Amino acid sequence: MIERSPLLDLFTHLLLLASFVALLIPFWIVFVAASHDFHTVNQVPMPLWPGSSFFENMAVAWERGNFGRVMLNSFIVAGGVTLGKIVIAALSAFSIVYFKYRLRMVLFWLIFITLMLPLEVRIVPTYAVAADALRPFQSMIDLFGIGINLPEWNLLNSYSGLILPLVATATGTFLYRQFFLTVPDELAEAAKMDGAGAIRFFLEILLPLSRTNMAALATIMFVWSWNQYLWPLLVVTDQQNFATATMQLQKLIPGPLFGEPPVWNIAMAANLIVLAPPVLVTIVLQRWFVRGLMVTEK
Amino acid sequence: MEKRATFSNLWLAAAFIAPQMLLVFVFFYWPTGEALYWAVTLEPPFGGSNEWVGWLNFETVFSDPKYWNSVRISIAFASLATMLSLVIAAMLALFVDRRLPGHQLYKFTFFLPYALAAPSVGLAFRFIFSPDAGFVSAINRVWPNLWNPALDGWDAFLLIIFAQSWKMVGYNFIFFLAALQSIPRSVTEAGAMDGASVLRRMWDIQLPLIAPTLFFLIVINITDSFVDSFGIVDVTTSGGPARATDLMVYKIYFDGFEGKDYSLAAAQSIVLMLLIIALTFIQFRFIERRIHYS
Repeated sequence: MIERSPLLDLFTHLLLLASFVALLIPFWIVFVAASHDFHTVNQVPMPLWPGSSFFENMAVAWERGNFGRVMLNSFIVAGGVTLGKIVIAALSAFSIVYFKYRLRMVLFWLIFITLMLPLEVRIVPTYAVAADALRPFQSMIDLFGIGINLPEWNLLNSYSGLILPLVATATGTFLYRQFFLTVPDELAEAAKMDGAGAIRFFLEILLPLSRTNMAALATIMFVWSWNQYLWPLLVVTDQQNFATATMQLQKLIPGPLFGEPPVWNIAMAANLIVLAPPVLVTIVLQRWFVRGLMVTEK
Repeated sequence: MEKRATFSNLWLAAAFIAPQMLLVFVFFYWPTGEALYWAVTLEPPFGGSNEWVGWLNFETVFSDPKYWNSVRISIAFASLATMLSLVIAAMLALFVDRRLPGHQLYKFTFFLPYALAAPSVGLAFRFIFSPDAGFVSAINRVWPNLWNPALDGWDAFLLIIFAQSWKMVGYNFIFFLAALQSIPRSVTEAGAMDGASVLRRMWDIQLPLIAPTLFFLIVINITDSFVDSFGIVDVTTSGGPARATDLMVYKIYFDGFEGKDYSLAAAQSIVLMLLIIALTFIQFRFIERRIHYS
C-alpha cells in the first residue's frame, strides 16, 4: 500500500496464482474428463487438456440422467422455494414490525428459533409429517375429542412436498425484519397521513424499498434450494417424474460394484449439467449473491 | 426496537403472519415435538400405539460403539475441515486485501466452489481422488497402493475433509475479505508509519481485528460440516470403508430410512439437535461480542 516491497509482492502474486490454480483445478478436471472418450478418461495419468468428445458425452449424460425432465423439476422447485420464501417472509416480517399486538414478540421468537435446526437434523420426523401434512391438525382434533376426520394430504412425490418444508425457515423473515427496522418512521407516518392503509403502504412503499434485499435473498435461495440433496432424496420415490438434478448424480457414480465399466466421462458431463445453473447464477448475479450471504448470516 | 407508526388492523396482521406460522408449525415444531415423542417411546411390533420406554432408546444409542465411532468421526471431521478451510481462506483474504494488480480476478473466482451442491463436490472429488483413474491416481503409479479411499479408512476420511474444506474456502474467504475491508485504512497506515512491515501488520493488526469474524465462521463451519456433509459422504464413500466416514447425519439417515428404526434415529436426532443448538448459542454470544467490537 505505502511501501515498496518487491520480494513480498512477488511472493503474494505467486501465492495467489498457485491458490487460484489449486482452487479452480477441480472445475478444470471435471471439464476435461467430460470431454474425453471412455478409454482416454481412464488413463493414468489422465490427460490435462480437453479432448473432442465433449458434446457427445453431454448428449449421452443428458439422456441417461433424464435431465430434460429433471432439470425442469429442479427449476420448478428452486423457483417455488425462492418465490415462496420472498413472499411469505416479507408478509410475516411486515406483520411483526408494523403492527402492535401482544403475541408479536412470541411469534417472532417462534419463527426465529427455526434458524437453529436445519432440515437435515430433523429429517426423520419431517418425513413422517410429509407423508400426511394434515396429521398435526388431525392429532389435535383427536386430542379434543371432536369426531372430525380430515382427509389425508400426502406430500411425498409432489412439488409441494419438495418445496414447502424448504420454505419453512426463518432466514428471509429475519432479513426483512432487520431491513424494515431501518426504514424511517416518517415514511409510514406520511403514508398514514395521506390515507394509505397497511396493504397500500406495504405494496407501494415498503416493497419497492426492499428490492435490493429481495434480489439478494432470491439469489441465495435459488442456489440453496437447487443444491438441496437429502430432502429430495427422501421425498421422491417416483424417480421418473419428480427426481431433481442433484439426485441424479448418485445414480451416475461409476463403480465396479455394479459390474459396469467406470464411465467417468459421462458422470463428469452430468456433473457439469447439474452444477451449471448455480454456478452461472453466482457468477452473473455475483453482487447479489455475496450480499445475500452477508445479510442472511447476520 | 419498535416502530412509532404502526397499523391497527389486527385481522390483517394475523392474515399476514398466518402462512409463515402454519408452515413453521407443520414442518418445524410438530416434527421436532414428534422426534421427542419417538425418542422416548417404542413402536410395538404388531401395531398399536407407541409404548413409553423412557431413556431406553438413548441407552441403546449410547451403548452402541458404532454410535460413538460416528460421534468421534464427526467431531474429527468438523474440526479438521474447519481448521483447514479457515486457515487457507484467512491467508488468501489477507493477501488479496493487499490489492496488488489482479486482485479483482481472485475476488471474483475464489468463492466459486461454494456455489456447488455437496453431491457435485463429492462426485468431482471422487473422480479426482479415485485410485485407478483421475488426477491423484498418478501417485499410485509411482508408489503402488499408496492411495485408495475405497479400501483405506484414512484415505476416505482425508478425501471427505478435502472436499468439505474446498467447498467452504470460498465462503470463508468472502467473510474474511469483507471483515478486512471494514478495517479503517488509517489503522494499517498508522502501523506502516510506525515501521511495521506488511507481514507484521497482518499478524498484529489485521488478524486480531478480524477475530470476531473468525469465531463466527468457526461456528458456521462446524454446523455446516455436521449438516451439509451428507451429500459429500453419500456420493464419495457411503459411510465406508468399514464405517470410517460414517458421520452423524449419515448414520441417522441410514438407521431411520434404510434400517426403518424411527425410535433409534429420533434419539440420535435429539442428540444432534442439542449439539447444534449449543453451537448456535455460542454463536449468538459471539455475535453480541461482534457488535461491541465494531
